[in-house]
Amino acid sequence: MALHFEFTFSRSMHSVRPDGEDQAFKRALEDRDEHAFVELVNRYQSSLLRLALVHCRSRAVAEEVVQETWLGVLRGIERFEGRSSLKTWLFRILVNRARTRAEIEGRTIPFSSLESEEPSVSSDRFLGPDHPEWPGHWSAPPRSWGASPESELLSKETLELVSRAIAALAPAQREVITLRDVDGWTSEEVCNVLGISETNQRVLLHRARAKVRAALESHFDPDLQ
Amino acid sequence: MTTAVDDLACKEFIELVTEYLEGTMSASDRERVELHLAGCPFCTTYLEQMLQTIATLGSLPEAEVDPNTLDVLIDVFRQGR
Repeated sequence: MALHFEFTFSRSMHSVRPDGEDQAFKRALEDRDEHAFVELVNRYQSSLLRLALVHCRSRAVAEEVVQETWLGVLRGIERFEGRSSLKTWLFRILVNRARTRAEIEGRTIPFSSLESEEPSVSSDRFLGPDHPEWPGHWSAPPRSWGASPESELLSKETLELVSRAIAALAPAQREVITLRDVDGWTSEEVCNVLGISETNQRVLLHRARAKVRAALESHFDPDLQ
Repeated sequence: MTTAVDDLACKEFIELVTEYLEGTMSASDRERVELHLAGCPFCTTYLEQMLQTIATLGSLPEAEVDPNTLDVLIDVFRQGR
């Protein structure tokens, strides 16, 4: 077992099929291989913490939840059968822990929040439905943020503004945008971990992105709000 | 009285933008969206801004991990499962 582990991990991860890699991790953890554990922690700790922070009131509580998650992984690794990826399984443990904790603290995330919400852009910025020529078209259209906005978009100030915009979102929207756009997960992975439908996931993502875009617009083009 | 050249209003487009970017639209809806974009510089700007927003989200720094965390977790690991 240990030999197999050495072989697998001394090579580039990319040369190993993902499910093969998951099984190698499973065996290594069952064999109490500390290097494998450290490798997993280095890979996922930051993302786990970020997701835990969506649910928890404080960083201290979030770190506790992440620690409980790792404990859950060590206790449950024998029962990991590879029906989902190890990553999905790991994050599901985190989400369950975090939600249980939130319930105990009397804060739950409503997941059926598909009822109508505000539009992505204020109705004031569109012509009314009885406009003779262009009903529903822009009256106050967005203006380009500049030809080369890269540096400004990635400035410390802008990134902080985006972080604040995410923090202000409803938790369900925050979870989805964090996993999809900040951590770069696929929609399938997000649906699996959060236990939501593809449609629900897309609606939450849509609303979250619209609000972050609006926050950026109010920063770059304050006259338009 | 003139009517709009396409049947998709800007107000509708902005609520379809995520579905469009996700690639989950039917071919006919996609064509409708692309036809609208071809004739509407404002919605094209909106789409660009949405892509810039997504790129910015992807550039957020990682959550900082406390340097002691790894030691704590290794202790947890060594103490058994």
